[in-house]
Amino acid sequence: MSDERTRTIAVDYLARVEGEGAMKVVVRDGTIQDVGFRIFEPPRYFEAFLRGRKFSDAPDITARICGICPVAYQMSSVHAMERAFGVTVEGQLRALRRLLYCGEWIESHVLHVFMLHAPDFLGYESAIHMAKDHRDLVELALRLKKIGNEIMIVLGGREIHPINVKVGGFYRVPERRELDGLVEELQWALDASRDAVRVTAGLDFPDLEIPFEFVSVHHPDEYPFNEGRIVSSGGLDIDASEWNDHFVEEHVARSNALHSRIRERGNYHVGPLARFALNRELLHPEAMAIAAEVGLGDSVNNPFKSIMVRSVEVVHAVAEALDIIGRYERPAEPAVPVDTRAGVGHGATEAPRGLLYHRYELDDEGRIADAQIVPPTAQNQLTIEQDLRAVLERNIEMEDADLQWRLEQTIRNYDPCISCATHFLKLEVDRE
Amino acid sequence: MWQSVAGPMTSRLGANPRPHPGASRLPRGSMAKPKLGVFKFASCDGCQLSLLDAEDDLLAVAGAIDIANFPEASREVVAGPYDLSLVEGSITTAHDAERIRDVRDQSKFLVTIGACATAGGIQALRNFADVEEFTAIVYAHPEYISSLATSTAIADHVPVDFELRGCPINKHQLIEVVDAFLHRRTPAVPTYSVCVECKRRGNPCIMVADGIPCMGPITQAGCGAICPSYNRGCYGCFGPMESPNIDALAAWWELLGVGRRDLVDALRTFNANAPAFREASERYV
Repeated sequence: MSDERTRTIAVDYLARVEGEGAMKVVVRDGTIQDVGFRIFEPPRYFEAFLRGRKFSDAPDITARICGICPVAYQMSSVHAMERAFGVTVEGQLRALRRLLYCGEWIESHVLHVFMLHAPDFLGYESAIHMAKDHRDLVELALRLKKIGNEIMIVLGGREIHPINVKVGGFYRVPERRELDGLVEELQWALDASRDAVRVTAGLDFPDLEIPFEFVSVHHPDEYPFNEGRIVSSGGLDIDASEWNDHFVEEHVARSNALHSRIRERGNYHVGPLARFALNRELLHPEAMAIAAEVGLGDSVNNPFKSIMVRSVEVVHAVAEALDIIGRYERPAEPAVPVDTRAGVGHGATEAPRGLLYHRYELDDEGRIADAQIVPPTAQNQLTIEQDLRAVLERNIEMEDADLQWRLEQTIRNYDPCISCATHFLKLEVDRE
Repeated sequence: MWQSVAGPMTSRLGANPRPHPGASRLPRGSMAKPKLGVFKFASCDGCQLSLLDAEDDLLAVAGAIDIANFPEASREVVAGPYDLSLVEGSITTAHDAERIRDVRDQSKFLVTIGACATAGGIQALRNFADVEEFTAIVYAHPEYISSLATSTAIADHVPVDFELRGCPINKHQLIEVVDAFLHRRTPAVPTYSVCVECKRRGNPCIMVADGIPCMGPITQAGCGAICPSYNRGCYGCFGPMESPNIDALAAWWELLGVGRRDLVDALRTFNANAPAFREASERYV
């Protein structure tokens, strides 16, 4: 314990998250004075320099917002552009987009579950430290993560910032035999990912139940990746084009950061827990079965258990990837033709970390007049602070070092992607 | 950029017959493993992720080198100095301009990884615009934003021992650089153009055969000619090759019907502030 009266726990540079963030809590006389999850990543101005660029640049440029979930940015941008142009991508091309998203979910989720999050539960500084005692587990995770990357390499050209996504489809579609080359390892991954769920189910979870308002994309026939309405556990059910009517980004003076809220209601939660609560019955049967086996109910409201749900989503992504490859017939054309016209397009897809909304205004040459990008971590920021406060209230007697670690873990429950959030957040670059 | 760092790198890490100047700075004997630091500035995190994406090599790397400071992967921070520092991201704030000096002071060898660190990255597009206007577009309260008017490469601020190009870098090249460091040799990272890799893959030239504009002839190799292999033109994410003939390419693109504005946009993407691309884009704008 520091001071008897005032305890300050500050982490200047959060580890095992993507990007630069900080946390500070102040407790005085046993009362919480301040809880802050702050972001000091420098701004990069994506919305500004997208202005004047051709629509076709958007998937490549917005991918650079995040090295861990570039496909999400590519997908939200191409869907927004296609809506603006009145183009629909269907059949095998649509299936290939889902396959690419499967690859990103596997890679990103396994990275987070085992390399970034599991060390918190097992008491290690990192997965490298963890490997000294749990080498088999880390090797399993690396092999599982690799198959996600392999999908991205075959279909996207490379695992980080894939080059094969374009408005209308792809530059080149794979031969059947290229996808067949993934099957053997995916079959291994189906068993391995089920084992991974069982491993996460055996972890110790702090008690915490929070009545989140969950928000995710929802499609009547499939677990959400690319398309659908935006729904919430509080009854919201809207088209992506209605986003700005229902969501607002507010300034909170103490953090100088924009916090997303549902208008007139408050903070909300995006990501695996939200997708699971709102789309559970649409999971692949393999994922449903393992979720039932490890006792996940209709809705999971303990944010620490996001590690289990993320693992269930890995099973889903592996199983769906196998299904897509099994049904694959190479399309005659790699993309549908696109005619540019002036207009506005909206896209909402499910990044590994949650809903990612893009909106573009285009001129009649197909150049971007205005861009709006709302990443998942920006949306979760207020909810992360709410969780920090709840965890702090329940553990106020904990020793500083343990409490600090528990609070860090609370932030990592969200797999926060701070580089994503930053280009958009209002922030003060001040580390004092 | 490469040219300016190739000399020092060769002398420090090259297989010289006499002990090279850097040798005395490397840890001696088998007791101490070299200490690795990974530092992030303005970036997307993708290049440092490449280390975690090297699934087949990660545990081997961790066995050969002490990962002493890598916040994306570990809570543990072992204080410097570091034998090898990998630096991702560009300098966009006054604070970061100070912080990179501190990183340099703590680093025996400093290697920059990726287009942000080697050329300012996509965020260097602000260098061609009014940053106050940019801030006003993105942020409702620009007064809260503290940001420099430019995004610049690490080498514009401190001496750099080696620059690894790419947006993102190629993970095999990253492992090659780390391996070269461990064995005190020059990394095998070529500076020729993407065309060489394309020929090696047996690709027909998409610019000649299909009339697709391609930046391959002026772009440094390293990706493995991915884009032409996927039936699209190279978009230059590894930055300019050594001595690019950009005017020749511009003339060719003109014959293919590419307008000046699209040519300038192509040069002003992920390596916009690399001197060769910047200088050409300023002439064509």
